[in-house]
Amino acid sequence: MLKSISRTLLGAAFVGGAFMPHAFAETSINALFMAQAAYSEADVRAMTEAFSKANPDIKVNLEFVPYEGLHDKTVLAQGSGGYDVVLFDVIWPAEYASNNVLVDVSARITEEMKKGVLPGAWTTVTYDGKSYGMPWILDTKYLFYNKEILEKAGIKSPPKTWDELAEQAKIIKDKGLLATPISWSWSQAEAAICDYTTLVSAYGGDFIKDGKPAFQSGGGLDALNYMVTSYSSGLTNPNSKEFLEEDVRKVFQNGEAAFALNWTYMYNMANDPKDSKVAGKVGVVPAPGVAGKSEVSAVNGSMGLGITTASKHPEEAWKFITFMTSQQTQNQYAKLSLPIWASSYDDPEVTKGQEELIAAAKLGLAAMYPRPTTPKYQELSTALQQAIQESLLGQAKPEDALKSAAENSGL
Amino acid sequence: MERRSLAFTIFIHAAALLLAVVILAPVLWLFVMSISPTADLSAKPLRWWPAEVDFSRYALLLSSVENSAGAAFTASLWNSLKIAGMATIAAIALAIPAGWAVSRTPQVGWSLSMVIATYMLPPVALAVPLYMGLAYFGMLNNIFGLALVYLTILAPFTTWLMKSGFDAIPREIEASAMIDGASLFQTLRIITLPLAAPVVATSALFALLLAWDEFFYALLFTSDLRAKTLTVAIADLAGGRVSDYGLIATAGVLAALPPVLIGLVMQRALISGLTSGGVKG
Amino acid sequence: MSGSWMTTRAWLLMLPLLAVMISVIGWPLVDTVRLSFTDARLVGTEGSFVGLDNYARMLSGANFQRTLVTTTWFAVISVAAEMVLGVLAALLLNQQFYGRTVLRALMILPWALPTVVNATLWRLIYNPEYGALNAALTQAGLLDAYRSWLGEPNTALAALIVADCWKNFPLVALIALAALQAVPRDITAASMVDGAGPIARFRFVILPYLVGPLLVALVLRTIEAFKVFDIIWVMTRGGPANSTRTLSILVYQEAFSFQRAGSGASLALIVTLLVTVLAVAYAALVRKAAGSAS
Repeated sequence: MLKSISRTLLGAAFVGGAFMPHAFAETSINALFMAQAAYSEADVRAMTEAFSKANPDIKVNLEFVPYEGLHDKTVLAQGSGGYDVVLFDVIWPAEYASNNVLVDVSARITEEMKKGVLPGAWTTVTYDGKSYGMPWILDTKYLFYNKEILEKAGIKSPPKTWDELAEQAKIIKDKGLLATPISWSWSQAEAAICDYTTLVSAYGGDFIKDGKPAFQSGGGLDALNYMVTSYSSGLTNPNSKEFLEEDVRKVFQNGEAAFALNWTYMYNMANDPKDSKVAGKVGVVPAPGVAGKSEVSAVNGSMGLGITTASKHPEEAWKFITFMTSQQTQNQYAKLSLPIWASSYDDPEVTKGQEELIAAAKLGLAAMYPRPTTPKYQELSTALQQAIQESLLGQAKPEDALKSAAENSGL
Repeated sequence: MERRSLAFTIFIHAAALLLAVVILAPVLWLFVMSISPTADLSAKPLRWWPAEVDFSRYALLLSSVENSAGAAFTASLWNSLKIAGMATIAAIALAIPAGWAVSRTPQVGWSLSMVIATYMLPPVALAVPLYMGLAYFGMLNNIFGLALVYLTILAPFTTWLMKSGFDAIPREIEASAMIDGASLFQTLRIITLPLAAPVVATSALFALLLAWDEFFYALLFTSDLRAKTLTVAIADLAGGRVSDYGLIATAGVLAALPPVLIGLVMQRALISGLTSGGVKG
Repeated sequence: MSGSWMTTRAWLLMLPLLAVMISVIGWPLVDTVRLSFTDARLVGTEGSFVGLDNYARMLSGANFQRTLVTTTWFAVISVAAEMVLGVLAALLLNQQFYGRTVLRALMILPWALPTVVNATLWRLIYNPEYGALNAALTQAGLLDAYRSWLGEPNTALAALIVADCWKNFPLVALIALAALQAVPRDITAASMVDGAGPIARFRFVILPYLVGPLLVALVLRTIEAFKVFDIIWVMTRGGPANSTRTLSILVYQEAFSFQRAGSGASLALIVTLLVTVLAVAYAALVRKAAGSAS
């Protein structure tokens, strides 16, 4: 028995060794994506298949990791020349540029791209005047609401301000429709920073002023105070503090949230009767504003595709990136993530069936507020995540928590 | 056998039942999740047994359609098998001579103690230079590179177990063979190794299970299908982004199957291995 | 055959093992020591010598102290619980009852389950909205509302410890059971004739047989608990509000997320030192116990 086991293993090891993927005549490139919000894994695979059909000499190997692993994987793979194309979040170009992770592709960007792509999208890939890739996912957090619950509560229109959101949630709670009407993604992760940034933009706050942290007072503090009040008043689902975006979607789809802050992708997923109990009842508006300060609020949650400095096939990698970010591809897959191209928003092929989302996007995308651009973003974000969670859990007062976050931010 | 009161007998059976439930419930639940439709898993109140048993996720994960989620999973399954297999074979190959040497020549035993002491090192203490070293030799994201690193986790254990095994084989047997003119290697091959075969088997099983379980180095040193192991693939699935809990559970069942089967079938060998080190202190 | 030839031959036979260990463990360890005195980053700069700066900064940081406390709690409680539960389970499995063989075989299940699978499983069980634990407790009437087990600092660490214990106490049980089976039956019988009660019998007759193997298990489990990474990485990543962040997670963050290889290395060495001190103290205990047992 044992002998046969070890013989099988020995065989497996050697056979495996012999069949290691080796180079064919074609060029093979590796691309890193995330298994998460925005384009689904299935969409990315389908796009890639279309690319391979058009370019039979280029083989693209896809790799998907959770968003939480995307940054570390990209950096770690530099040592092995692992990836040619990587998906990167809007917050990383600063660090990637200073650590020489991504190739400066400014020279490759054509006039047509420059003119056609929305200006807001370009901020995703630009650092210090240079472009480190092409924007691909143009995304911000919207306020989703359950039309049926709002109707039952006698609420005519979704909230325009964050205070209104709290009032409406209170009505829903008091009428016994839902115990905790609002869901957020406040897990100790980047997701919490995105929700926080949305509020910071509503309250007109600043993350950094003159190179020094500025979120400890003014809008930054107001934003956190809003979160804490919403949490402690019982209007927010207390489990939000361990939710990521997919948990929020699950709760919303199950009809257990009247309001939820989430990315574009939730609109069509929550409207799919196969998986969702609230299909047809999904409303979406830009995240609200604050009276006297802002009309709407939005975080820049866009992401881009770039070529790593470790890539041995930058030409093929760029070809793949241009295909993935082309207007044709993006229009075709515009259900989970909206195109970066300005004219797409008036294209009936794109807008059909999701007019409400497009309307919200026009306002939201124009208001996108950036998270701070600094090579030390990871440290700043980690410190802020801790501050947010400590405040929510009542371990520290928001002002104290933000003060210590400023001290630990590495800035 | 001592005589027991009825109350005590009932108590023992109740306790045994409790222990069985504690051990089995989580494992069974993992399996139930893997065959439940998605809707059942987010139902309130929760359904403990699916209305309709659904094995489709197994087919999905084990499918080999190119560039599919299934292909990614099966690739990591193969990687885990290859890496664990190679590391185990190498660990046994190093352990047999080293274990014999320490058993027969206690003067060199301190070096084995040093080797075993490396177990105390947290992997994070070695990770940065190892990462840079593997990068230098082009062995990042490579099954051979990872197997080499695993070898250093397995070899101290296998050597220790082999040494205990050889200790139990009297030197006189070897000595008489040598007197008959056999060389050292002949003696080892013909006399000692067959006697130590059960220990070799136990050591190999332990090594396999250890390698199969490893996560930290695999997380750092692999990046895609060429070397990514099963543990990393599962952690990726469980990272909070896959909303189908059943799929996560299915991956868990498939990853657990090989070690659990080995554990159940080879129980006797494993327990003797667990205790041989322990009892002798 | 001369003794010196025997020793030389032994060294030759040890050579492959030692070569591998020195090149794949020894050299990186030395290099970690070197790195810990520099401000090297993971990619890019080689870094320059900064003396003991890294150590001073890491040791004085609030992060380190808090993480050390968390790690110690995790290690002490989970290992203690595993020992107690393991011995109790072993005593039970040493009794006569229906299905004993099956139950003994089942004990191997949690231990054979890969750590990452175990963590994933428990993460699903603890899910605040759809988890089995919330469902079971509410359906049994023990809980009136669903709870966020991994989202509250006062339950998150406990929830992790339960998951860790469930996987590891069966191992202790199997080791203890093997030791129990080695207790000669006439000794227990004799002690019963002497009129010793069950507790006295355990303390004076059975325990001496258990001490040696259990101490070894204790040492191994404590070292592992101190190094814990996998289960926490998969279940909480150190949250909520860093209440489950252990030393290994902190080192990972410093060296890999923030890419500060230098200070990460110094932190890793501090952890290594702690584990070593612990292990040496334990080893002394084991030796003492072994001495008194024989």
